[in-house]
Amino acid sequence: MTFEQIASLLRERFAGAVEEVVPQATRPYVTVAAERWPEVARFLRDEPRLKLNFLRCVSSLDLLAEDSLAAVYDLATVPDAEAEEVLSCPHTFAVRVVTDRAAAHIPSVAGVWPAADWHEREAFDLMGIVFDGHPDLRRILCPEDWVGHPLRKDYEFPVEYHGIPGTTEHELNSPRH
Amino acid sequence: MTEISLQSQPDLLVDYDRGEQGDVDTEELLINMGPQHPSTHGVLRIVLRCDGEMVLEAVPHIGYLHRCAEKIGESLQPFQFIPYTDRMDYVAGMNQNQGFALAVEKLAGIAVPPRAQYLRVIFGELNRIASHLVSFGTYGLDMGAFTPFLYAFREREMVLDLFEAACGARLTYSYLTVGGTTHDLPEGWVDRCLEFCDYFEPKIDEYNDLLSFNHIFVKRTAGVGVVSAGDAVRWGLSGPCLRGSGVRWDLRKALPYDGYERFDFDIPIGRPGGSDRTVPHGVVVGDSWCRYFVRMEEMKQSLRIVRQALRDLPGGDHIVPKFKKNKTVKLPDDEVYLEVDNPRGQVGFYVRGDGSAIPARVKARGGSFCNLSITSHVVRGCLIADVPAIIGSIDVVMGEVDR
Amino acid sequence: MTRFWTPWEGRPRPHYSGLSALLAGLGRGVYRVAAPVVRHRWFAAPVFFGVVVLGVVFVWLCGLFNEAVLADYPVLRDLLVVTGLAIFVSLVPVFCIWWERKVAGRMQSRCGVMRVGGWHGWAQSPADGIKCLTKEDLVPDDADPVLFRLAPYFALTPVVVAFVALPFGTYWVFRHLEVGLIFVLGMLGVEVVAVIMAGWASASKWTVFGAMREACQMVSYEIPLGIALLLPVMTVGTLNLAEIGNAQAGGWHTWLVFRSPFLFVAALVYFITSLASCKRAPFDLPEGESELVGGYHTEYSGMRWALFFFAEYVAMFVVSALAVILFFGGWNSVLPDRWGEVLGDGYLARAVRGVVFGGPLWFLVKSFLLIYVQMWLRWTLPRIRIDQVLYACVQVMLPLAMVLLLGHTLWELWLPPELIAARVVNVILAVIGAGLLLAALAVIIRSRLNARRLVGYLAVDLLPGA
Repeated sequence: MTFEQIASLLRERFAGAVEEVVPQATRPYVTVAAERWPEVARFLRDEPRLKLNFLRCVSSLDLLAEDSLAAVYDLATVPDAEAEEVLSCPHTFAVRVVTDRAAAHIPSVAGVWPAADWHEREAFDLMGIVFDGHPDLRRILCPEDWVGHPLRKDYEFPVEYHGIPGTTEHELNSPRH
Repeated sequence: MTEISLQSQPDLLVDYDRGEQGDVDTEELLINMGPQHPSTHGVLRIVLRCDGEMVLEAVPHIGYLHRCAEKIGESLQPFQFIPYTDRMDYVAGMNQNQGFALAVEKLAGIAVPPRAQYLRVIFGELNRIASHLVSFGTYGLDMGAFTPFLYAFREREMVLDLFEAACGARLTYSYLTVGGTTHDLPEGWVDRCLEFCDYFEPKIDEYNDLLSFNHIFVKRTAGVGVVSAGDAVRWGLSGPCLRGSGVRWDLRKALPYDGYERFDFDIPIGRPGGSDRTVPHGVVVGDSWCRYFVRMEEMKQSLRIVRQALRDLPGGDHIVPKFKKNKTVKLPDDEVYLEVDNPRGQVGFYVRGDGSAIPARVKARGGSFCNLSITSHVVRGCLIADVPAIIGSIDVVMGEVDR
Repeated sequence: MTRFWTPWEGRPRPHYSGLSALLAGLGRGVYRVAAPVVRHRWFAAPVFFGVVVLGVVFVWLCGLFNEAVLADYPVLRDLLVVTGLAIFVSLVPVFCIWWERKVAGRMQSRCGVMRVGGWHGWAQSPADGIKCLTKEDLVPDDADPVLFRLAPYFALTPVVVAFVALPFGTYWVFRHLEVGLIFVLGMLGVEVVAVIMAGWASASKWTVFGAMREACQMVSYEIPLGIALLLPVMTVGTLNLAEIGNAQAGGWHTWLVFRSPFLFVAALVYFITSLASCKRAPFDLPEGESELVGGYHTEYSGMRWALFFFAEYVAMFVVSALAVILFFGGWNSVLPDRWGEVLGDGYLARAVRGVVFGGPLWFLVKSFLLIYVQMWLRWTLPRIRIDQVLYACVQVMLPLAMVLLLGHTLWELWLPPELIAARVVNVILAVIGAGLLLAALAVIIRSRLNARRLVGYLAVDLLPGA
């Protein structure tokens, strides 16, 4: 199925959930409302025509201009039985879920795709999006007692961490590119 | 000395029935494997909760090699970020470069000349061979077989010599860049490469004789760490880990890039033991032996691809001519996500441009990152000696896991 | 070609005082004398002739000591033997470590040790020994102070003491113990205590794991080992190792390994179980580097670790020596002793007899050949998991050893060596043994002849400037 077909299928099934469809992007995506995201996710995985059973990536995005954070879920259909033939037209799909910067909560889909477990932990660690319902939401890459979320655009590098200097005067004063 | 703890939720704990032990009081042991450990393939820390030799639970802790490459990607132009992709999966630098370059080219709408595509395929597959040699050697080392490690590195030296002749570097190449390759091949390189292919092909059978079908090795790895096909897909495994579970999925065939559809090659997948003479008895689809053997077979397929590519290598530019002088590329206000099939799994790059030459967001999805996430699921109920067997078969490079 | 570091004037030098100053001055003096000597290698000729002279002396000793010389001077004899044994026991690990590294290197398609000392790195072992001696004395804070320090000695002493009963020739033994075999086995068994001590006293969970695995493995494998050793004992009828060796003095076919098919297999069983008791690959799980970092000796460094290593190599020698004495003819040659009688009785005749017809040289060659096989297996085979090790012991080796014991008992009862049938089987087995040895030789010669230079530097001349 093409992107337009999948998007229109979603629009039919989940009238209020689909907020935006962006077919003109190089990699087209659909924006889904955060509250309805788990049901949409389950539908995408279980619907026989789609069977988007492979979560490729969860990318966190900082939309500073709109004062929001987003998580972009890239999905694909992969044969999930032994020695099944390669699908002639594998589906790929992408969903963006946007949330406020101040209270960044997105329901977790770790129950739908277990692969989301670590990806969501990384998004939480580096971008600060809290995934509600995640089985074990804690930092994965940064140390447990790290303060702040490094990938945010307004992140300030710490001056020191447990006695280790984090940055220099020059760095702090120099303009970014 | 701080106490180590598991830091995991109760419902991840396995319900292990130890049976009637009479009045023998057994205690569980909380043991720390890593981050400095000879067989965790880098700075990986696994906290094991064991009852004697049996592992009840394993929790991996990563992040010791986190260098926040993604943040750096937000302040560099794409061609400047290529060296950072090298350092993610440093064993398969060419493939990493290729992935990022393809993502940026798709985003910016750059068409790469055919010679560059062929060169990318050749170097990608040679690097696949080198990477699988490392994986084969270190896996043997983990299992206690010291000698195959040195044979693997002896062959890998030749591949690295070829790489050094082409781009000057042995590990972090930064050779496959946005628009093509940085340099063209030197005179005589193609002949040397063919010489290497001829020399290397019988070596794979030698390695199979020495290690793959060695009874002790098979006993250590067959049936250990079985991941079913459904589990593999659900947990986001890719590359040899996914194919070792019997799933016939390879991006080079399913979603081809860089002209892979031109080449004729097979995708090896895991097969059960005993069905034919080529798979030892006791092997279950999705166990460590299958994952390991898929890599051995993939080396043969890579040789096929390299030979075809060398035979059909066209002339012409090795890079988009405009980029020879200035590699600056204006990225549109758009996003792209592109995955390539690396030796360790599928490596995806999500690049979001914002109209300037510097991307707004670069996210690297490491194959090892997703492959490693299955550790806690798969290690339950096995012995401590099986933990290196499982991790070695997953073939992790921590640079890719932590980025 | 080794290059020597030349001291330059005014370089930073450490300041010593007291005893250290004395030792440093001594070291400096030795270097000043030795450096020009070593650099110009004029000592090659003296060294060569020295080795030749030593060889001649050794051969004469072989001839001389094949009788009970010095029986009238027990104290002198004891002193000489103890000195000889001490030197030998120190030299065996030193040589074996170098040899193992060379063997490993050649099998792994590389040179092995090449630098230290010049010719194939012969001085690597002494250099390592000196390094270990001068390393920091490191004891973990939580380690048990007494047991941690005691463990290496518990490892080394028993295996050295085992040499008390180990004969190198009919009269080349410190004490003729009537229960020599049990003594040696007992001494080898004490090493378990050392390993457990080391593992537990190191106060680290990984070392405890190594120690527990080791305890399981060593103790379990001693049962099939002992049973396999009962077969030659039963054949000869004594536990005295010297007598067992003497019973095989009739040439190749009288070696106990060819006496009956059960002994043939028992030799193999003994060899495998001895690998397990020496913690050699494929049974080196206790020191499995890739899982336990170092197993029971993780926390040991410097001389203490070196002592563990020494113990391992000395144990390898003892175990190989036992195999040689009990199965492979001991110090006897492949030629029967009677053929040597024709030479007469002079000094020369005795020397020739000592070298050709049975003497310590044969014993040493055979033992080191078995040690070579042990090293060969180490660098070829992967490691077996502990549950598989114990499975192999209890469910494979033990029943096999029992069957062999039963079978050989019946063989001895119903087919004594005088019977034609027994003789025929003996000859068949001897021929098989000879065939295997010649086949191995043929493989080695063929591989040396067919070795090719590998394509080493494939593309280096493609680099700019090459």
